[in-house]
Amino acid sequence: MDIRETLFRPVFRDNPIALQILGICSALAVTSSMQVSLVMAIALTLVTAFSSFFISSIRHYIPSSIRIIVQMTIIASLVIVVDQILKAVAYEISKQLSVFVGLIITNCIVMGRAEAYAMKNPPIPSFLDGLGNGLGYSFVLMTVAFVRELFGSGKLFGVEILPLVTEGGWYMPNGLLLLPPSAFFLIGLLIWAIRSWQKDQVEEPEFRITQHTPVEESA
Amino acid sequence: MEHYLSLFIRAIFVENMALAFFLGMCTFLAVSKKIQAALGLGIAVVVVLTITVPLNNLIYQYLLADGALAWAGLPDVDLSFLGLLSYIGVIAALVQILEMFLDKYVPALYAALGVFLPLITVNCAILGASLFMVERSYNFAESVVFGAGSGVGWALAIVALAGIREKLKYSDVPEGLQGLGITFITVGLMSLGFMSFGGIDI
Repeated sequence: MDIRETLFRPVFRDNPIALQILGICSALAVTSSMQVSLVMAIALTLVTAFSSFFISSIRHYIPSSIRIIVQMTIIASLVIVVDQILKAVAYEISKQLSVFVGLIITNCIVMGRAEAYAMKNPPIPSFLDGLGNGLGYSFVLMTVAFVRELFGSGKLFGVEILPLVTEGGWYMPNGLLLLPPSAFFLIGLLIWAIRSWQKDQVEEPEFRITQHTPVEESA
Repeated sequence: MEHYLSLFIRAIFVENMALAFFLGMCTFLAVSKKIQAALGLGIAVVVVLTITVPLNNLIYQYLLADGALAWAGLPDVDLSFLGLLSYIGVIAALVQILEMFLDKYVPALYAALGVFLPLITVNCAILGASLFMVERSYNFAESVVFGAGSGVGWALAIVALAGIREKLKYSDVPEGLQGLGITFITVGLMSLGFMSFGGIDI
């Protein structure tokens, strides 16, 4: 398959968060600052890519009845590596991410790609597919974090962009954006934006309201 | 007794897994179209949580924690880095057993849950509860109560959302927001509502 297609399709066309609703837990919880989100995005992209690669390499030897446990073991081992590295190299950020590094294991993107793609395709395309989906996730994560950090605390990567009123500037921060529910609204609006652009992703409503009957017709 | 009751209430309302910590969102959004299916999944989550959290608590206390292997004559061993792997192993095994059990004895529920039963394994709420249990160092009895409470809280949230979505489908939603988009915004509003439980200290 075309490499470019495998790699970039998940970023916009098949975005794992916006279209397939996978892996949202962490997207909501860690996005109040860009730095933390960036670390999270890198960690998740690496785990997805390598777990797809390893699972795909041994896919012919996994009995289907215990496949979930095998996949989990591979993913969990990779996450333990990431967790230990973070604790050793970036302890502060690892503290801020708290349980969410561990929760990469249960991030549906990782498991979903292993189940849906890596079990049926050779290692190299699986690796690229994992990387692409990781990038799609990172794209949404960074967009949400950008809005939340810029308008919530007037900073980007901890550097002041909009001077706050409390520090003698002019910008009154929007406190709602620092609260977790704002991530829901932002992702909802992001989905709206993506779907207005990619019309074919719009979901068919289960129920349509009938048009008003014009007055002259009903009379 | 009072301590356990307050822990239970807190796990359901104040620290609601779905609406305060945003755990288990994938299944939360995907299975909440019909109250029936939501209820089935909710019960499955309660069962899995009530069993796995205490089980992981025992594993942590007697095998993994720093110095926990003292009973085996190895007081210097710290296996806590194996935590993630062991918890997820317990969860995956239990879900697979539950899947076989339902397939054999309750095929209707098995068919209704479909692909989402294996996905309970990757429901962050389940692993999240175990990680919180370790982080807050609950003892065995507390972990039973916490597991059951957070399961009930999650089930409550998904059934409530399914109720809203069943009504919501008759409303006139802008085209691009149809389905997933409006659901996100609804959940956002619900979690704003649940934040009002935030300050309560029982």
